[in-house]
Amino acid sequence: MISALIGLPLFGAALLLLGGRRTNAWGHYFAVAMSSSAFIVGVTQFIALLGKPAEERSIDTTLFNWISVGEFHVPFGLHLDQLSMVFVLLITGVGSLIHVYSIGYMAHDENRRRFFGYLNLFVAAMLLLVLADNYLLLYVGWEGVGLASYLLISFYQHKPSAAVAGKKAFVVNRVGDVGLSVAIMLMFVTFKDVTFSGVTAHAQHASGHSLTLIGLALLLAACGKSAQFPLQSWLLDAMEGPTPVSALIHAATMVTAGVYLIVRAHAIFDLSETARTAVVVIGAITLLLGAFIGTAKDDIKKGLAGSTMSQIGYMILAAGLGPVGYVFAIFHLLTHGMFKAGLFLGAGSVMHGMEDDVNMRNYGALRGAMKITYISFGLGFLAIIGIPPFAGFWSKDEIIHAAFSQNLVVGLATLLGAGVTAFYMTRMMAMTFFGESRWKKGVHPHESPLVMTAPMIILAIGSVFGGLALKFLGDIELWLEPVVGVAAPKDPASNAVLIPVTLTVVLLGAGYGWLKYAKTPVPALAPENVSLLTRAARADVYGDALNEAVFMRPGQYLTRALVWFDSRAVDGLVGGLSATVGGLSARLRRTQNGLVRSYALTMVGGAVLIALVLLLVRL
Amino acid sequence: MNPNNYLVLAGILFTIGAFGVLVRRNAIIVFMSVEMMLNAANLAFVAASHITGTLDGQAAAFFVMVVAAAEVVVGLAIIVVIFRTRRSASIDEASLLKY
Repeated sequence: MISALIGLPLFGAALLLLGGRRTNAWGHYFAVAMSSSAFIVGVTQFIALLGKPAEERSIDTTLFNWISVGEFHVPFGLHLDQLSMVFVLLITGVGSLIHVYSIGYMAHDENRRRFFGYLNLFVAAMLLLVLADNYLLLYVGWEGVGLASYLLISFYQHKPSAAVAGKKAFVVNRVGDVGLSVAIMLMFVTFKDVTFSGVTAHAQHASGHSLTLIGLALLLAACGKSAQFPLQSWLLDAMEGPTPVSALIHAATMVTAGVYLIVRAHAIFDLSETARTAVVVIGAITLLLGAFIGTAKDDIKKGLAGSTMSQIGYMILAAGLGPVGYVFAIFHLLTHGMFKAGLFLGAGSVMHGMEDDVNMRNYGALRGAMKITYISFGLGFLAIIGIPPFAGFWSKDEIIHAAFSQNLVVGLATLLGAGVTAFYMTRMMAMTFFGESRWKKGVHPHESPLVMTAPMIILAIGSVFGGLALKFLGDIELWLEPVVGVAAPKDPASNAVLIPVTLTVVLLGAGYGWLKYAKTPVPALAPENVSLLTRAARADVYGDALNEAVFMRPGQYLTRALVWFDSRAVDGLVGGLSATVGGLSARLRRTQNGLVRSYALTMVGGAVLIALVLLLVRL
Repeated sequence: MNPNNYLVLAGILFTIGAFGVLVRRNAIIVFMSVEMMLNAANLAFVAASHITGTLDGQAAAFFVMVVAAAEVVVGLAIIVVIFRTRRSASIDEASLLKY
């Protein structure tokens, strides 16, 4: 049954991508069917797990022996436990909703079948990533989602910017993937095993030094896939892809794979203080960096992308806190998956009504024209800034609480991040739905069709009740306990102080945003004379400039020097040699002048020479 | 009479022939010079045969005569064809086959 989870969307992808135009008419419905049936299989598995006692809630299947070389054995094994289960439900659930939404969103695209094929491919690869029972198989899924992400970012391949963005995402991800492959090699050297259970079992006996190295390599991998500092630059450009892709891959699922990896490898991070500290630092930097970038973007999707970076920063930070935080990293991942996917779908719906314009300065006062989008986006907005009782409040509060229980500076960073989040989300809300209309001529905003609004409504319901359900109804702490261990207890008294403080900070940020963007008119063009900080945020904190100066330019100079050496020195040597031979033979050819008498003279000369030689030798 | 004188004569005739081949332009004259070289060789063969008292040289001379006769047939035919097409028997003008 577990292999059917991966098999169904994989079959859909294969049929749509190999079937060609014959599947154009019904391909999108087929893709939706494959994705939804994977969701149904996931739900049945979930019910089956619920029926068992907590310790036995895992299912293992080995499909075949994948690699067997010497003492290195890797089975093609799938492992479904509580952690994979929540991921399976998130991926197939949100994935199916977004498949449905895409029917409406991509209705007029001539390449719709290809789009759905890629979406199914993504779902299959992502399921393989979370269901693998060893790191090498996880790596296959890891690369599969990278491929699907690349194909979908550059889906509008006729646009050079989209093609470049896809390439950029692929190259930056490759840097992170090197980290994962190094980690797997180190695991094999250290533990002689790459299965999750084997690594967990052997971790206690390994030296702290090698554990730290593995942890840092895993962190590099997580940074690449989850767009964490310093590999964050690709995510903002990834918004070139169609909006459903941004919602599914670049908000809800794929970019959270880094969090999954760190939580899955918790046995290693539990034992290495250094690696954990590095994870926390990276998470804290990214959560502030992403929020900061989000404050200055006029492109609604790029604003949300900055927000995604920031929220994943929260998750990474929580995962780095150790046993006290793993559960809340996953908790926030799940609530974020719901509200951020909803926000992205809302942004897509707005774009749909605004002739694909992404500039929020051309929006304004859309709450009347798009009621459903306004309400569902608004609920997602309340969830992300963390207003109780919406989903984001429960998970983010737990992370802030856990951060304060470990370190004051880290706690303050999460608190500041919450305030900035409230500011930029209020700004986005105000610029899009409030104020006065700044629509361009000829744009007539209209509500999207039901096939698009229905998924938005469902995700909005998730944004409202998701946190409550996971906290009280499902109790995610208890559910994940067998996989990630018992969450260290925190002082409940401090939370009583912390919640009002957090809410005050959030309300301050939101109020400032409201004053600045709803109460005062928003200029239709971005102001030019702005502070240095705003300039920095608009330029993504110069991440691209830094990459260009430090990596791209020196690399370019190196390749240019190598090309010069190759064309001048190597080609010069070979070419010079052949030119010399060629020149000499051109001279020699002149002796073939067609005059019989000169040939005769040559013969006589030769004969005389031979005679002379013979005479000399005899003497 | 010293048979070596025949050899000297053969040398003189061969040199005259070779010289003729190298300096003359008329194909017929060149051809005659070639014949002269062949016959100089024949003379040397026969003289040597006389000196050594064996018949090998004379046999070789017959071979040379036969080959020379065949060569004359082919060579003259070529010269006639060239003359017909180009209205000239100068071998320097027939120099199209070159680099």
